[in-house]
Amino acid sequence: MAQNPAVNTLRSPLGRVRGLGSARGGTHHWFMQRVTSVALLPLTIWFAASAVFTLAGASYEVAAQWVAQPWNAVLLLALVLATFHHVAAGLQVVIEDYAKTEAGKLVGILLVKAMCWLLALASVLAVLRVAI
Amino acid sequence: MSMQDSREAAMIGRRTDGTTVRRPLSPHLQVYDMLQMSSFSSILNRMTGVAWSFGILLMVWWLVALALGEPAYQTAMGAMAHPIGLLVLVGMTVAAWYHTLAGIRHLNWDIGRGFSLPAMYRSGWAVFIGTVVLSVLTWLPAIPGAVEWIVAQINTHS
Repeated sequence: MAQNPAVNTLRSPLGRVRGLGSARGGTHHWFMQRVTSVALLPLTIWFAASAVFTLAGASYEVAAQWVAQPWNAVLLLALVLATFHHVAAGLQVVIEDYAKTEAGKLVGILLVKAMCWLLALASVLAVLRVAI
Repeated sequence: MSMQDSREAAMIGRRTDGTTVRRPLSPHLQVYDMLQMSSFSSILNRMTGVAWSFGILLMVWWLVALALGEPAYQTAMGAMAHPIGLLVLVGMTVAAWYHTLAGIRHLNWDIGRGFSLPAMYRSGWAVFIGTVVLSVLTWLPAIPGAVEWIVAQINTHS
Protein backbone atom coordinates (compact mmCIF):
# COMPACT_ATOMS: atom_id res chain seq x y z
CA MET A 1 0.00 0.00 0.00
CA ALA A 2 2.27 2.75 -1.23
CA GLN A 3 -0.60 5.16 -1.68
CA ASN A 4 -2.48 6.56 1.28
CA PRO A 5 -6.23 6.11 1.10
CA ALA A 6 -8.23 9.33 1.09
CA VAL A 7 -11.21 9.38 3.40
CA ASN A 8 -14.27 11.40 2.45
CA THR A 9 -15.98 11.44 5.79
CA LEU A 10 -17.59 14.12 7.88
CA ARG A 11 -16.36 12.62 11.14
CA SER A 12 -13.33 14.27 12.67
CA PRO A 13 -10.53 12.14 14.11
CA LEU A 14 -11.60 13.22 17.60
CA GLY A 15 -15.20 12.27 16.84
CA ARG A 16 -14.06 8.89 15.67
CA VAL A 17 -12.12 8.32 18.86
CA ARG A 18 -15.01 9.42 21.07
CA GLY A 19 -17.35 7.20 19.06
CA LEU A 20 -15.12 4.27 19.99
CA GLY A 21 -13.01 4.46 16.86
CA SER A 22 -13.58 4.18 13.16
CA ALA A 23 -14.62 0.56 13.46
CA ARG A 24 -17.47 1.76 15.71
CA GLY A 25 -16.76 -0.93 18.27
CA GLY A 26 -13.09 -0.14 18.68
CA THR A 27 -11.32 -2.92 20.50
CA HIS A 28 -14.53 -4.17 22.13
CA HIS A 29 -14.98 -7.10 19.73
CA TRP A 30 -11.36 -8.20 20.15
CA PHE A 31 -11.44 -7.74 23.92
CA MET A 32 -14.70 -9.66 24.42
CA GLN A 33 -13.29 -12.53 22.40
CA ARG A 34 -10.47 -12.74 24.97
CA VAL A 35 -12.80 -12.30 27.94
CA THR A 36 -15.06 -15.13 26.74
CA SER A 37 -12.02 -17.32 26.06
CA VAL A 38 -10.84 -16.87 29.66
CA ALA A 39 -14.36 -17.66 30.92
CA LEU A 40 -14.57 -20.70 28.67
CA LEU A 41 -11.36 -22.23 30.02
CA PRO A 42 -12.82 -23.40 33.38
CA LEU A 43 -16.36 -23.82 32.00
CA THR A 44 -15.29 -26.10 29.14
CA ILE A 45 -12.97 -28.17 31.30
CA TRP A 46 -15.79 -28.55 33.86
CA PHE A 47 -18.24 -29.70 31.16
CA ALA A 48 -15.69 -32.03 29.52
CA ALA A 49 -14.89 -33.61 32.90
CA SER A 50 -18.61 -33.99 33.64
CA ALA A 51 -19.14 -35.52 30.21
CA VAL A 52 -16.34 -38.03 30.72
CA PHE A 53 -17.10 -39.01 34.31
CA THR A 54 -20.89 -38.57 34.65
CA LEU A 55 -22.67 -38.09 31.34
CA ALA A 56 -21.00 -40.54 28.95
CA GLY A 57 -23.50 -43.35 28.45
CA ALA A 58 -25.72 -42.00 31.25
CA SER A 59 -29.39 -42.95 31.39
CA TYR A 60 -32.02 -40.29 30.73
CA GLU A 61 -32.80 -39.95 34.45
CA VAL A 62 -29.15 -39.53 35.45
CA ALA A 63 -28.50 -36.93 32.71
CA ALA A 64 -31.70 -35.00 33.47
CA GLN A 65 -30.97 -34.99 37.21
CA TRP A 66 -27.45 -33.76 36.53
CA VAL A 67 -28.71 -30.81 34.45
CA ALA A 68 -31.38 -30.08 37.07
CA GLN A 69 -28.77 -29.57 39.83
CA PRO A 70 -28.81 -25.78 40.41
CA TRP A 71 -25.05 -25.33 40.08
CA ASN A 72 -24.89 -27.45 36.97
CA ALA A 73 -27.78 -25.53 35.39
CA VAL A 74 -26.17 -22.17 36.16
CA LEU A 75 -22.78 -23.24 34.82
CA LEU A 76 -24.41 -24.75 31.72
CA LEU A 77 -26.18 -21.45 31.00
CA ALA A 78 -22.88 -19.59 31.43
CA LEU A 79 -21.15 -22.12 29.18
CA VAL A 80 -23.79 -21.76 26.46
CA LEU A 81 -23.75 -17.94 26.50
CA ALA A 82 -19.94 -17.62 26.57
CA THR A 83 -19.59 -20.32 23.90
CA PHE A 84 -21.92 -18.69 21.39
CA HIS A 85 -20.49 -15.23 21.98
CA HIS A 86 -17.02 -16.65 21.32
CA VAL A 87 -18.17 -18.69 18.28
CA ALA A 88 -19.91 -15.67 16.71
CA ALA A 89 -16.90 -13.42 17.35
CA GLY A 90 -14.44 -15.98 15.96
CA LEU A 91 -16.40 -16.93 12.86
CA GLN A 92 -17.02 -13.24 12.11
CA VAL A 93 -13.26 -12.59 11.94
CA VAL A 94 -12.74 -15.64 9.73
CA ILE A 95 -15.45 -14.40 7.34
CA GLU A 96 -14.04 -10.85 7.35
CA ASP A 97 -10.62 -12.20 6.41
CA TYR A 98 -11.66 -14.58 3.64
CA ALA A 99 -14.94 -13.32 2.13
CA LYS A 100 -14.32 -12.16 -1.43
CA THR A 101 -17.24 -9.75 -1.83
CA GLU A 102 -18.72 -7.15 0.49
CA ALA A 103 -22.18 -8.68 0.06
CA GLY A 104 -20.88 -12.16 0.87
CA LYS A 105 -19.20 -10.82 3.97
CA LEU A 106 -22.35 -9.08 5.22
CA VAL A 107 -24.62 -12.06 4.53
CA GLY A 108 -22.13 -14.49 6.04
CA ILE A 109 -21.72 -12.53 9.27
CA LEU A 110 -25.48 -12.01 9.64
CA LEU A 111 -26.13 -15.72 9.07
CA VAL A 112 -23.51 -16.65 11.68
CA LYS A 113 -25.02 -14.24 14.20
CA ALA A 114 -28.55 -15.48 13.51
CA MET A 115 -27.51 -19.12 13.93
CA CYS A 116 -25.60 -18.37 17.13
CA TRP A 117 -28.54 -16.49 18.62
CA LEU A 118 -31.03 -19.24 17.73
CA LEU A 119 -28.80 -22.08 18.95
CA ALA A 120 -27.97 -20.22 22.17
CA LEU A 121 -31.67 -19.51 22.85
CA ALA A 122 -32.61 -23.12 22.09
CA SER A 123 -29.89 -24.35 24.46
CA VAL A 124 -30.94 -21.93 27.22
CA LEU A 125 -34.59 -22.96 26.86
CA ALA A 126 -33.56 -26.63 26.99
CA VAL A 127 -31.52 -26.16 30.19
CA LEU A 128 -34.35 -24.20 31.85
CA ARG A 129 -36.95 -26.75 30.82
CA VAL A 130 -34.97 -29.60 32.34
CA ALA A 131 -33.90 -27.62 35.42
CA ILE A 132 -37.16 -25.91 36.39
CA MET B 1 -7.44 4.88 -3.13
CA SER B 2 -10.33 7.11 -2.27
CA MET B 3 -12.99 5.66 -0.04
CA GLN B 4 -16.25 5.30 -1.95
CA ASP B 5 -18.07 2.91 0.28
CA SER B 6 -18.82 4.02 3.83
CA ARG B 7 -18.50 0.42 5.06
CA GLU B 8 -14.84 0.64 4.11
CA ALA B 9 -14.39 3.04 7.02
CA ALA B 10 -13.90 0.01 9.24
CA MET B 11 -10.75 -0.85 7.34
CA ILE B 12 -9.22 2.63 7.30
CA GLY B 13 -7.46 4.19 10.25
CA ARG B 14 -5.26 7.19 10.91
CA ARG B 15 -1.66 7.40 11.95
CA THR B 16 -0.75 9.70 14.80
CA ASP B 17 0.29 12.36 12.25
CA GLY B 18 -3.23 12.31 10.82
CA THR B 19 -2.46 10.57 7.52
CA THR B 20 -4.71 7.69 6.63
CA VAL B 21 -3.67 4.07 6.41
CA ARG B 22 -5.42 0.89 5.36
CA ARG B 23 -5.82 -1.42 8.32
CA PRO B 24 -4.28 -4.81 7.74
CA LEU B 25 -6.41 -7.94 7.43
CA SER B 26 -4.86 -11.36 7.88
CA PRO B 27 -3.16 -12.31 4.60
CA HIS B 28 -4.69 -15.32 2.87
CA LEU B 29 -3.41 -18.86 3.32
CA GLN B 30 -1.17 -19.12 0.24
CA VAL B 31 1.34 -16.52 1.45
CA TYR B 32 2.44 -18.83 4.26
CA ASP B 33 4.86 -21.74 4.21
CA MET B 34 2.72 -24.44 5.77
CA LEU B 35 5.74 -26.54 6.67
CA GLN B 36 6.76 -23.81 9.09
CA MET B 37 5.55 -24.59 12.57
CA SER B 38 4.74 -20.94 13.29
CA SER B 39 2.24 -20.48 10.45
CA PHE B 40 0.95 -24.04 10.68
CA SER B 41 0.15 -23.71 14.39
CA SER B 42 -1.59 -20.39 13.73
CA ILE B 43 -3.88 -21.57 10.92
CA LEU B 44 -4.57 -24.79 12.81
CA ASN B 45 -5.90 -22.69 15.69
CA ARG B 46 -8.38 -21.13 13.29
CA MET B 47 -9.33 -24.43 11.68
CA THR B 48 -9.88 -26.15 15.03
CA GLY B 49 -11.93 -23.13 16.15
CA VAL B 50 -14.20 -23.44 13.11
CA ALA B 51 -14.42 -27.22 13.57
CA TRP B 52 -15.31 -26.81 17.23
CA SER B 53 -18.00 -24.27 16.28
CA PHE B 54 -19.71 -27.06 14.35
CA GLY B 55 -18.94 -29.63 17.05
CA ILE B 56 -20.88 -27.46 19.50
CA LEU B 57 -24.00 -28.58 17.61
CA LEU B 58 -23.60 -31.93 19.41
CA MET B 59 -23.90 -30.19 22.79
CA VAL B 60 -26.98 -28.28 21.59
CA TRP B 61 -28.49 -31.52 20.27
CA TRP B 62 -27.80 -33.26 23.59
CA LEU B 63 -29.39 -30.42 25.61
CA VAL B 64 -32.45 -30.08 23.35
CA ALA B 65 -32.95 -33.86 23.26
CA LEU B 66 -32.81 -33.93 27.04
CA ALA B 67 -35.53 -31.28 27.16
CA LEU B 68 -37.66 -33.08 24.56
CA GLY B 69 -37.78 -36.31 26.56
CA GLU B 70 -36.39 -39.83 26.75
CA PRO B 71 -36.97 -41.00 23.11
CA ALA B 72 -35.15 -37.96 21.67
CA TYR B 73 -32.39 -38.41 24.28
CA GLN B 74 -31.92 -42.08 23.33
CA THR B 75 -31.68 -41.11 19.64
CA ALA B 76 -29.01 -38.50 20.36
CA MET B 77 -27.02 -40.83 22.63
CA GLY B 78 -27.36 -43.64 20.09
CA ALA B 79 -25.97 -41.43 17.34
CA MET B 80 -23.01 -40.40 19.51
CA ALA B 81 -22.30 -44.02 20.51
CA HIS B 82 -22.34 -45.10 16.83
CA PRO B 83 -18.79 -45.66 15.46
CA ILE B 84 -19.14 -42.60 13.20
CA GLY B 85 -20.46 -40.57 16.12
CA LEU B 86 -17.54 -41.69 18.26
CA LEU B 87 -15.11 -40.75 15.48
CA VAL B 88 -16.66 -37.27 15.37
CA LEU B 89 -16.40 -37.00 19.18
CA VAL B 90 -12.74 -38.07 19.14
CA GLY B 91 -11.99 -35.56 16.36
CA MET B 92 -13.82 -32.91 18.35
CA THR B 93 -11.77 -33.72 21.44
CA VAL B 94 -8.50 -33.28 19.54
CA ALA B 95 -9.69 -30.03 17.91
CA ALA B 96 -10.99 -28.73 21.27
CA TRP B 97 -7.77 -29.45 23.14
CA TYR B 98 -5.67 -27.91 20.36
CA HIS B 99 -7.83 -24.76 20.26
CA THR B 100 -7.79 -24.53 24.07
CA LEU B 101 -4.00 -24.86 24.39
CA ALA B 102 -3.30 -22.64 21.37
CA GLY B 103 -5.77 -20.16 22.89
CA ILE B 104 -3.75 -20.07 26.12
CA ARG B 105 -0.64 -19.50 23.97
CA HIS B 106 -2.41 -16.56 22.31
CA LEU B 107 -3.56 -15.11 25.66
CA ASN B 108 0.08 -15.23 26.79
CA TRP B 109 1.05 -13.27 23.66
CA ASP B 110 -1.83 -10.85 24.30
CA ILE B 111 -0.28 -9.85 27.64
CA GLY B 112 3.00 -9.32 25.79
CA ARG B 113 4.90 -12.43 26.81
CA GLY B 114 6.62 -15.24 24.89
CA PHE B 115 7.36 -13.40 21.65
CA SER B 116 11.00 -14.47 21.24
CA LEU B 117 11.61 -17.05 18.53
CA PRO B 118 12.85 -19.77 20.93
CA ALA B 119 9.89 -19.16 23.26
CA MET B 120 7.49 -19.26 20.29
CA TYR B 121 8.88 -22.63 19.17
CA ARG B 122 8.79 -24.00 22.72
CA SER B 123 5.16 -23.00 23.29
CA GLY B 124 4.21 -24.27 19.82
CA TRP B 125 5.60 -27.73 20.49
CA ALA B 126 4.06 -27.71 23.98
CA VAL B 127 0.67 -27.13 22.34
CA PHE B 128 1.13 -29.99 19.85
CA ILE B 129 2.37 -32.46 22.46
CA GLY B 130 -0.19 -31.28 25.04
CA THR B 131 -3.00 -31.83 22.53
CA VAL B 132 -2.01 -35.47 22.01
CA VAL B 133 -1.51 -36.15 25.73
CA LEU B 134 -4.76 -34.49 26.87
CA SER B 135 -6.79 -36.10 24.06
CA VAL B 136 -5.56 -39.54 25.11
CA LEU B 137 -6.24 -38.75 28.79
CA THR B 138 -9.77 -37.58 27.94
CA TRP B 139 -10.61 -40.88 26.26
CA LEU B 140 -8.71 -43.09 28.73
CA PRO B 141 -11.83 -43.79 30.87
CA ALA B 142 -13.60 -45.02 27.71
CA ILE B 143 -10.98 -47.66 26.88
CA PRO B 144 -12.25 -50.48 29.19
CA GLY B 145 -15.76 -50.10 27.75
CA ALA B 146 -14.39 -50.05 24.20
CA VAL B 147 -12.34 -53.21 24.77
CA GLU B 148 -15.42 -54.91 26.26
CA TRP B 149 -17.47 -53.90 23.23
CA ILE B 150 -14.85 -55.20 20.76
CA VAL B 151 -14.59 -58.52 22.62
CA ALA B 152 -18.40 -58.82 22.58
CA GLN B 153 -18.43 -58.13 18.83
CA ILE B 154 -15.79 -60.83 18.21
CA ASN B 155 -17.69 -63.32 20.37
CA THR B 156 -21.02 -62.75 18.60
CA HIS B 157 -19.43 -63.03 15.16
CA SER B 158 -17.38 -66.19 15.84
